[in-house]
Amino acid sequence: MKRDLVIIGGGPAGLAAAVSARKEGLEDILIIERDTRLGGILNQCIHNGFGLHTFKEELTGPEYAARYITQVEDEKIPYLLDTMVVDISYDESTGDKKVTAMNSRDGLFTIDARSVILAMGCRERPRGALNIPGYRPAGIYSAGTAQYYVNMEGRMPGKKVVILGSGDIGLIMARRMTYEGARVLCVAELQPYSGGLKRNIVQCLDDFGIPLLLSHTVVDIMGKRRVEGVTIAEVDENRKPIPGTEVFYECDTLLLSCGLIPENELSNKLGVRMNPVTGGAVVNESLETSIPGVYACGNVLHVHDLVDYVSGEASEAGKNAVRFLKSEDAAEDDGDVINIRTENGVRYTVPSTVRISKMPDTLTVRFRVGNEYRDKNLAVYLDGKQLMKLPKRVMAPGEMEQIILVKSKAQEIISGAENREHELVIRVEDKE
Amino acid sequence: MKDVTIIGAGVTGSAVARELSKYDLEITVLEKESDVCEGTSKANSGIVHSGYDAKPGTLKARFNVEGNKLIHELSKSLDFPFRENGSLVLALEEEGRAGIEELLERGRRNGVPDLRIVERDELKEMEPNVSDSAVCALYAPTGGVVCPFNMNIAFAENAADNGVAFRFNTEVISIEKKTGEDGRIFYHLETSNGSFDTRIVVNAAGVYADRFHNMVSEEKLHITPRKGQYCLMDKTVGGLVKHTLFQLPTKLGKGILVTPTVHGNLMAGPTAEDTDNPEDTSTTAEGLDTVLSRGALSVSRLPRMTITSFAGLRAHEDGGDFVIGEIKDAPGFIDAAGIESPGLTAAPAIGVYIAGIVRDLLNPSEKKDFIRTRKGIPSMALATDEERAALIAADPAYSHVICRCELVTEGEIRNAITRTLGATTVDGVKRRTRAGMGRCQAGFCLARTIPILAELLGKSEEEIEKSGAGSYYVRGNIKDNL
Repeated sequence: MKRDLVIIGGGPAGLAAAVSARKEGLEDILIIERDTRLGGILNQCIHNGFGLHTFKEELTGPEYAARYITQVEDEKIPYLLDTMVVDISYDESTGDKKVTAMNSRDGLFTIDARSVILAMGCRERPRGALNIPGYRPAGIYSAGTAQYYVNMEGRMPGKKVVILGSGDIGLIMARRMTYEGARVLCVAELQPYSGGLKRNIVQCLDDFGIPLLLSHTVVDIMGKRRVEGVTIAEVDENRKPIPGTEVFYECDTLLLSCGLIPENELSNKLGVRMNPVTGGAVVNESLETSIPGVYACGNVLHVHDLVDYVSGEASEAGKNAVRFLKSEDAAEDDGDVINIRTENGVRYTVPSTVRISKMPDTLTVRFRVGNEYRDKNLAVYLDGKQLMKLPKRVMAPGEMEQIILVKSKAQEIISGAENREHELVIRVEDKE
Repeated sequence: MKDVTIIGAGVTGSAVARELSKYDLEITVLEKESDVCEGTSKANSGIVHSGYDAKPGTLKARFNVEGNKLIHELSKSLDFPFRENGSLVLALEEEGRAGIEELLERGRRNGVPDLRIVERDELKEMEPNVSDSAVCALYAPTGGVVCPFNMNIAFAENAADNGVAFRFNTEVISIEKKTGEDGRIFYHLETSNGSFDTRIVVNAAGVYADRFHNMVSEEKLHITPRKGQYCLMDKTVGGLVKHTLFQLPTKLGKGILVTPTVHGNLMAGPTAEDTDNPEDTSTTAEGLDTVLSRGALSVSRLPRMTITSFAGLRAHEDGGDFVIGEIKDAPGFIDAAGIESPGLTAAPAIGVYIAGIVRDLLNPSEKKDFIRTRKGIPSMALATDEERAALIAADPAYSHVICRCELVTEGEIRNAITRTLGATTVDGVKRRTRAGMGRCQAGFCLARTIPILAELLGKSEEEIEKSGAGSYYVRGNIKDNL
């Protein structure tokens, strides 16, 4: 089988990429989804708050997904459900990407894809990665697993709950478990700031009187068969538990919401260059990875706070994949390149390089800071010249930031420079 | 009256059962947990030792070297994952050279083949990521890594295929030595699940073996559960080392090993902490710190990519050696006690040895239709594309991925549940198929595995447990409590 564009993943990123590629006139698209339905993780996100940016209204996760699924259906974009991509490889001499997948109808099959969009999403960080000591009984779930049980299966994974980590899913689940009849004792967060959105802390914890214990962590799990309780201690500035601060919480369930990890097994098999900070691929302004014609978007690229931003990013990836397919014979780009460097509190950016010739008139650069900052400036320099200085009241790791680069402004600064490689620096600065 | 009752379905008990199943005997294995491989056998280094470590003349030395040879053969006939990756014992300072030479000499006396000392340059070539402070190493090419679960499971399945009965959730409460009307000694066992009379008892009860021994003998044993904590790391760093790297014990204590696992993860451990609680398999912050910091002495950079950590208990007998054989003052009661390292390696040899004792006692005839081989569960993750296509063609369930991290399909999980001594718990499925052993640690597949278990066992999802009574997952429906 040959395809112009194979999109791996039928969640919000894959759907938006497919719709956008079709709008750009591409006929030959295939979405491959491993679950039994399109929509990805949105299917279990039955709370509202989705779509404020994209649709200017408040939707639930399934409603948001349905908006895109309807477009996919209307446009008759082909998709395969219950189909797992097990391998993907790249032939440098021909530029071919070989996608190997399997399902019960077609067995094991391969597709020669001219271009590929990686949209596999992310997964939750497990207990082991957090090195929480104690026993290993039943009753320790990632927040997303608990969400699946409650929202998809209608079953209770526990009745008396402690949540470790204040990621958004954990906060959402604190409220959901309460709604469904469980008692949520507290949310403990290792960092001195929350990992989730401010609005979720207010709506999911404060409104229900659930305490958020910042600078606290679980130091022991009791129970040989099923969780019987956890011990929580305060941590010092090095995130080390402070002896004497331990408090035992009797509970039958521990939910973990301690970060999300882009799911990049396939990207690694393909051999695209990875960014150790995001856990996702390194991409340029077109969201193209180090392999020509392979794009990444959504949570597989870097973890987003809002699905609206995922959709926006994925639409760009879809559009750019079509541009690649239409101008495959075009000469290599040899124009000016801006490399983005982050420092002083800024952890990474997506994209990390910008080819001026391929840059749209305005380009959104998204990033996260590594700490909580109050009343600071966000400063951006291009080749040493200040491009912008934005006053920021609060910046936190749990809230993605963005700046808009204007092509004409960038060109103005770099015109006349001898070298073709330029450097854009984004940093947090004190206010004068 | 049973002929033989084996207490414990760990690797030792299962190996004994498998060897004894070659004879026409009525054999029962009693296991207090819900599955085979639930104690020491499930939480250890998974190393097949070559045999240089034990003192010459000890049972440990003898059964280690014999067991190593047997595992090479059995891994093929009983189809469990084993790889002879070779072991290196590192001297991390020049003063360690003497210790390495001593181990070499000891190994030669124990009959370990092909041992030699490698110097720094060759060592660096063999292991580019070895620590710069390593001056030389003892190289044991016959060392290997094995899947401890599937070795144990393979022995048990093959034993069951040959007629051995396994009774799970059956805890032995008391053992009484009795004399029958015919004047022969037999044993009466009270358990949580009925009582049994048996000619022979094989005591393979791990950290509880002293308890049962002491019920029938005046010569007491004393076993200390010795905790070993481990960190298992992501497969992306599984290639950091090729060999199993041991450290020569130094003044800092017994070393921490760093090894690839047979499945391609990286593992570091164990600690050695004596405890008086034979159920204490909890990890501690200090223990995990020790594993990572001491493990880092062997390699130039030990990545912090732990996906899970765990602790196991070794059964350390005060005498320091295995205690194997018929008890003098309890004829027909055979110990396999104090089975700590290298117990996993030694297990098949202990099985052969104890089967010999039983044969001499009962003079059974050999089974004519003994089934010598056993086929494991096919693995989609390890299969070639041709094999994958064939598996799917035969059963489309092999195309339906349940565990994404380890690429385990519904077909494999169904196989694990429906085969001989099939899995009845989530952990049982995990140990047989690796579903849930990957980097997300069952975050995705748990909720997909439970319904398959429920369907095939004819239970509700609420009755499906992690590993035996009380380890339930879901209870009740939403809003029940409102």
